[in-house]
Amino acid sequence: MQTTKVMEKRTAARGSLLGIEHLSAADINGLLQLAQRMSPAKPRPLLRGKRVLLLFYEASTRTRTSFEIAAQALGASTTLVLSSGSSIEKGESLLDTAYTLRAVGADVIVIRHPNGGAPNLMAGYVDIPVINAGDGMHEHPTQALLDAYTILRHKKKLSGLNITIVGDIYHSRVARSAIHLFGKLGAHTTLCGPPELLPEVAGTLAKDLRISRSCEEAVRGADVVMILRVQRERLAGLKISLPDYIARYQMTTARLRLAKPDALLMHPGPIIRGLELTWEVADSPHSVIVEEVHNGVPVRMAVLARALGKGN
Amino acid sequence: MKQTTQSILISGGRVIDPVAKVDAPMDVLLRDGQVAEVAAPGKVHAKTAETIDARGMIVAPGFIDLHVHLREPGQGYKETIASGTAAAAAGGFTSVCCMPNTTPVLDSPEWVTWVRQPQRGAVVNVFPIAAATQASKGAVLTDFRALQRAGAVAVTDDGKPILSETTMRDALRTSAEINFPIVQHAEDTRLTQNCSMHEGASSFRLGLRGMTAAAEANIVDRDVQLAQQFNGARLHVAHLSTADALTAVRRGKRNRARVTCEVTPHHFALTDADVHEYDANFKMNPPLRTGEDREALIVALSDGTVDAIATDHAPHARHEKIVEFERAAFGITGLETALGLATSILHVENKIPLVRIVELFTAGPARVVDLRGRGTLLHGSHADVTIFDPKKRWTYDAAKTRSKSHNSPFSGRQLIGKVVATIVGGKIVYRG
Repeated sequence: MQTTKVMEKRTAARGSLLGIEHLSAADINGLLQLAQRMSPAKPRPLLRGKRVLLLFYEASTRTRTSFEIAAQALGASTTLVLSSGSSIEKGESLLDTAYTLRAVGADVIVIRHPNGGAPNLMAGYVDIPVINAGDGMHEHPTQALLDAYTILRHKKKLSGLNITIVGDIYHSRVARSAIHLFGKLGAHTTLCGPPELLPEVAGTLAKDLRISRSCEEAVRGADVVMILRVQRERLAGLKISLPDYIARYQMTTARLRLAKPDALLMHPGPIIRGLELTWEVADSPHSVIVEEVHNGVPVRMAVLARALGKGN
Repeated sequence: MKQTTQSILISGGRVIDPVAKVDAPMDVLLRDGQVAEVAAPGKVHAKTAETIDARGMIVAPGFIDLHVHLREPGQGYKETIASGTAAAAAGGFTSVCCMPNTTPVLDSPEWVTWVRQPQRGAVVNVFPIAAATQASKGAVLTDFRALQRAGAVAVTDDGKPILSETTMRDALRTSAEINFPIVQHAEDTRLTQNCSMHEGASSFRLGLRGMTAAAEANIVDRDVQLAQQFNGARLHVAHLSTADALTAVRRGKRNRARVTCEVTPHHFALTDADVHEYDANFKMNPPLRTGEDREALIVALSDGTVDAIATDHAPHARHEKIVEFERAAFGITGLETALGLATSILHVENKIPLVRIVELFTAGPARVVDLRGRGTLLHGSHADVTIFDPKKRWTYDAAKTRSKSHNSPFSGRQLIGKVVATIVGGKIVYRG
């Protein structure tokens, strides 16, 4: 009888970044310090000859382009594989796709996927680093890192800051990663939203986490206010209506005034002006929304460099 | 099963037979496929072809599993009747009830007969549970009388619930008329779309949509109320997993409704917190619940609310399990680990007496589906016997399973309590 070669489950390859949850504060600080030495304006050919595979099962503008620019700034080549127009459409499994990409010479796989845990699955069966570029409702670790990086451009440290996150926490991978990161670096985090988008159980995700149903109360005295996008279709079927949501949770100039005078206003994008925030707030001096996008590149350069052992 | 004229003497063991109210050192003589004698040690005088030295062992009636997916007809790549019953024998089960969610669905007397044919290669007794509705679509009831005559011991749409109240009412009315159990997979599927685990702190952390406890309890509650409307209707709740559903079952039993329920080993062994890194071997339906639910199940297993331990053995091929968690098939294997988990967790950790555990594997399930002459070692019963060492420490290795599938969350787990021999109809079908 022929024997079958069974792929055994392994621990993720060194340099993988699957989420913030399992990183230590030292890991996070190390990445942030490395990011400060990275700039797309000053390319460093640390990864010359390396192949970065970008495997995207979901649409993306910011994350995808900044990973591409980051990889190229480090001298690596990039190849983009989209789920449409590839063998994935023909029913190829995630692991078979991973083996294929490994076989053509990928050195690292950056994956975005609609199912939570897809990067964990892939990392459990390939011997190259896997970087999570957003998986379902689970995590989006590079977004949390670039948010921390952005905050640190304006504040000395995260420890002790009051950070308020307003919006659809339940469906947000950005929120989960941010909550883990802020908790690990010693910030006091307040979550705010209606119960449908922010269940009580969210309070169990990290230490020193507070839930508030009042936007005014949540924002008062905040050093950082992070707004999350609300998707219209996700309000459908819930008890809360769009006008209700806007009345109670939209970030307005009046609400933002309750935060500290030097508070930062953040949003992972894409923003919907007139829904989760007003246009005045989006364009106010507090807003670092555009800077966040800009900072995505050095942070992803740091993540890629670390993935391929060039992070020192 | 084939009868045999071979006789076996099981000597020196501690016989536990809850029906006969026996828990004592006894010798057991099996002859002509029946229990011929149970007597004080050394008091059986018969020439036997074979003697099993059972000193230090428990000698129990053969275990009965009410909930097994044998996957035939049509899904032989996951399991066959031969491989599934081999795994059953290794787990100490001498009888299994197989589920009808096969391809095609087991909804006709012809298929019930097919499953029971000797050509299937079963090594333990197989009692089919047929579909309750045609193709298990939940709309039109199957012919319960014809299925019963063909050898089905109950009906269910397992894997799916009978959601329509009218359909469930009609099923229970017929159940009362012909004394036939309706087995319900209690899940309000209107509340569980796209859900892959229990709704709670773990599902939030993993970003997975969760099934609430209410999605199970609401259906159990409704069914218990319906069962009370028909004198003699028999409702059996499959794989009950929540404290709230237990409350409904207790209410039914108090009101003298003929309501029974089963609990799986994984629901009393694990919780939703064990679903750590998206390992689909921890994905099943109903899902692993909270620690409080688990504690409530253990109390109910002890106090008599629960009638049977059933495995919900659900083999799946690798390509159906080693995929994205939300896309993975529901279900895990369980035949070979059931006893070890019961003795480790219920007996050693929670001090539930062995006699109660034996009852949950034998007399309890035999009563649920009326298996006459099984679940006991009374004189004249079928010579189905399970011998196990309640103190044996061992480690389960799913790679060495007799099942065709390896999807167990318990591989590598240390267990206390192991099957030593399984005897079906007087024939030894497994020796550990």
